[in-house]
Amino acid sequence: MKVLFPRLFGLALVLIVGACASSGNSAERIAPASNPDLDELEALYNARADSATMVVHEADADFMTGMIGHHAQALVMSHLAPTNGANDEIQILAARIINAQRDEIRVMQQWLEDRDLPVPHVMDSGEVMGHEGHDMHMHMAGMLSPEQLDELRAARGPEFDRTYLRLMIQHHTGAVTMVHELFGADGAAQDDLTFKLASDIQVDQRSEIARMQRMLDAMGSGF
Amino acid sequence: MKSNGLRRGRREGSTLALLGALAIAGCGGSAPTMSMSTAAPMGEPLPLSVEAPSPDPRVGLGAGLFDAEQAIWNMELVSETPPQREFVGKTNSDLAFSGNYAIQGNYDGVQVWDVSDPANPTSVVTYVCPASQSDVSVYGNLLFVSGEGLSGRLDCSNEGVQDAVSHHRLRGIRIFDISDIRNPEYVANVQTCRGSHTHTVVEDPSDDENVYIYVSGSAPVRPADELEGCSSLLPEEDPNSALFRIEVIQVPLADPAQAAIVSSPRIFNDLVAPPTHGLAPEDQRLIDEAVESGAFVADFGGQVMVLPDNFVAAQLAQIVQQRGGSGAPTAADSTAFRDFIPTMVEQMMGGNAALAERGPTQCHDITVYPHIGLAGGACEGYGLLLDISDVANPVRIDAVSDENFAYWHSATFNNDGSSVVFTDEWGGGGGPKCRDSDPYEWGANAIFTVADGDMDFRTYYKLPAPQTSLENCVAHNGSLIPVPGRDIMIQAWYQGGISLFDFTDVDNPVEIAFHDRGPVNPDQMGNGGSWSVYWYNGLIVSSEIARGLDIFELVPSDVLTQNEIDAANSVVLDELNSQGQPIFEWPATFALSRAYLDQLERHRSMNESAINAMRAALDQAEAASGQERRRIIGAAARALSEVPSSDSDKAGDLLESLRRLGAAGE
Repeated sequence: MKVLFPRLFGLALVLIVGACASSGNSAERIAPASNPDLDELEALYNARADSATMVVHEADADFMTGMIGHHAQALVMSHLAPTNGANDEIQILAARIINAQRDEIRVMQQWLEDRDLPVPHVMDSGEVMGHEGHDMHMHMAGMLSPEQLDELRAARGPEFDRTYLRLMIQHHTGAVTMVHELFGADGAAQDDLTFKLASDIQVDQRSEIARMQRMLDAMGSGF
Repeated sequence: MKSNGLRRGRREGSTLALLGALAIAGCGGSAPTMSMSTAAPMGEPLPLSVEAPSPDPRVGLGAGLFDAEQAIWNMELVSETPPQREFVGKTNSDLAFSGNYAIQGNYDGVQVWDVSDPANPTSVVTYVCPASQSDVSVYGNLLFVSGEGLSGRLDCSNEGVQDAVSHHRLRGIRIFDISDIRNPEYVANVQTCRGSHTHTVVEDPSDDENVYIYVSGSAPVRPADELEGCSSLLPEEDPNSALFRIEVIQVPLADPAQAAIVSSPRIFNDLVAPPTHGLAPEDQRLIDEAVESGAFVADFGGQVMVLPDNFVAAQLAQIVQQRGGSGAPTAADSTAFRDFIPTMVEQMMGGNAALAERGPTQCHDITVYPHIGLAGGACEGYGLLLDISDVANPVRIDAVSDENFAYWHSATFNNDGSSVVFTDEWGGGGGPKCRDSDPYEWGANAIFTVADGDMDFRTYYKLPAPQTSLENCVAHNGSLIPVPGRDIMIQAWYQGGISLFDFTDVDNPVEIAFHDRGPVNPDQMGNGGSWSVYWYNGLIVSSEIARGLDIFELVPSDVLTQNEIDAANSVVLDELNSQGQPIFEWPATFALSRAYLDQLERHRSMNESAINAMRAALDQAEAASGQERRRIIGAAARALSEVPSSDSDKAGDLLESLRRLGAAGE
């Protein structure tokens, strides 16, 4: 004990000097406790989630199905950026478009699945599988024609950058048009999820169109 | 710079002996009298150093609606209250506060909670009136609620609106009289062309008969058949276009039913230059390195770019050719090219002036800070600084954009208005943007300094804990916490939970507390998490989208002491709309002075023995009263004015707090 005493004394001084704050670095993990009242509310929550999927308006379902295909083409276009020599700025833009639209595709797929509707399958590359795949593409606003897609595939370096921006502006503008068409349809977007998703898509893509136009302007025609 | 009679530097405090005699205790309990003459010389204040919990307990939390696993650090969860039955399974949205009430928006209406006992919030009224997203604000006896979705009805019923064009639809602002908060009375609404996604209540100091509302709506324009005069044509095609403007509603306080749009300022007009926030220090370093190693750079309207090698090679070859030479370019050729770059840029930019885009069409959120006469507008691809001295006619004074920012969502100023935090709600809040694989700069905050009407980018801050792909997560709503002398913000990250961070050092924001739950749904991405979290009179109140209302209190730690928390809690507000930022002013309390002392100690910016002597003096003064208390505080203030500090501003704040404390007793 005597040996330890000086150390304890030293410790006491440290405590006095640092006295105002507890040495708080203690994060906690809180385990759940069971509560029958909450179980009942959870059952209500699940019942409401189920009933929300019972009424499906055709305009909403068509929008989800169509937009999956539309987004998928943006993936195809954006996957070309690394291989076709895009500059850093375009690579970042393309990576963000892939990230954003892939997540939105998952949300739309989930929406269809929850309503027992056919779900278009999209490969990582952006290719759409399933019988509706190709012919539906061409009817949607802003979709690239096969010729435009070939033009983009063939472009390299600065030429790719400009072509990508020009065609993605066209593509995004089409998505905004699709949202406007949805909102113009009777019975559309009455469920909060559809309204939110469609509204977010149009505002995100409008913002991105402005950004891409700015990038295109800054690129000029010099290089 | 404050003038406070304090010296910055290394002077040894001889008059500290005066304090030495006063020193009895440090932070309570007894301690030996300190020797004052052995102060070590001081350098620059230390940066805030935080030992974050490791491994981060937020990783791997178990899922559940009301029974998810939770992780918490430096906060206490005082209560978690599930939604009232009417709103179970319906999205909870934003919060406003009035007196003892927290008013919580919900896509299906408004929920009022009495939070006088924060451990047991009680439901005051559940008012069903569907319309997303029910952003709420209060002003005295008035409650304002935003409606944007297509299913909102004038009659508040929940049957939706099936017709694409309908006179039953409400998109705009609903106004309630809450004189009797148990029975809100729906007194008026103002329909707007794009509906109201969010709104901001603004008081005009020169007009006590009206209050104003800035309406932000991000959804498409309504058909003119539904609301007369709504046009989505471009402004050159139709001067009354609903695009490229915000709406300002004037609400007569004597007769709120007469509320109407009074102006539609086109704050985006001529926003054609490609504004950029300038380079982050790291980017600037890379550019400098490139220049040093001989690279060619060009300035495109403030956006500095390193020119690609192949482009430079082609240009140099052309210069060689033009002078009739051959072979490799000489140093003179390089110089000639370097000199030519600005002209070249001008040609390139000038040639595209006609293509210049016209900027955003709408804002998502406008945060007004009347105390400094400014507002921060988060408007699609831009962050705007607005002069609101003429409340009905805000004027844009600066604009920034950021290649990492997808969608500018909201703004929060620090208390003295010298910095502003903008958020990027990338993906609209429905996406899982906090995964390990998502870049730090995306879906984050960007912190700017504000000076003379200009914003300068400093750095990003993003929730540091990776979340799963089952959790929607992105920067969202929050507010300052009035800790004196520091800029601390609590912020919601949807299913990423809430994060408290200190951005006093705008280049080094640091997380100092958090709370998080596991996913709402173990199998697929559910809709949940904190929509918004705000400090209100000592409480940290979070609107949980699926789980109801959470109330937290701060827990003292090395990075935030009890004194700092007590000083924060001395600030009392009558009401709070976070988009109308209040100025925080601290009453003279012992906690305030002690909070400054704790900060001087934390950053080693004042001699430790002097700090302890000051603490002892404060303890003595608190135990005394009347003239004796004033005498002790006066002596302490006089002694302090002789103490050197490497943070003269903070030492000045401390001195000022002592003078006010001394005067308070008179």
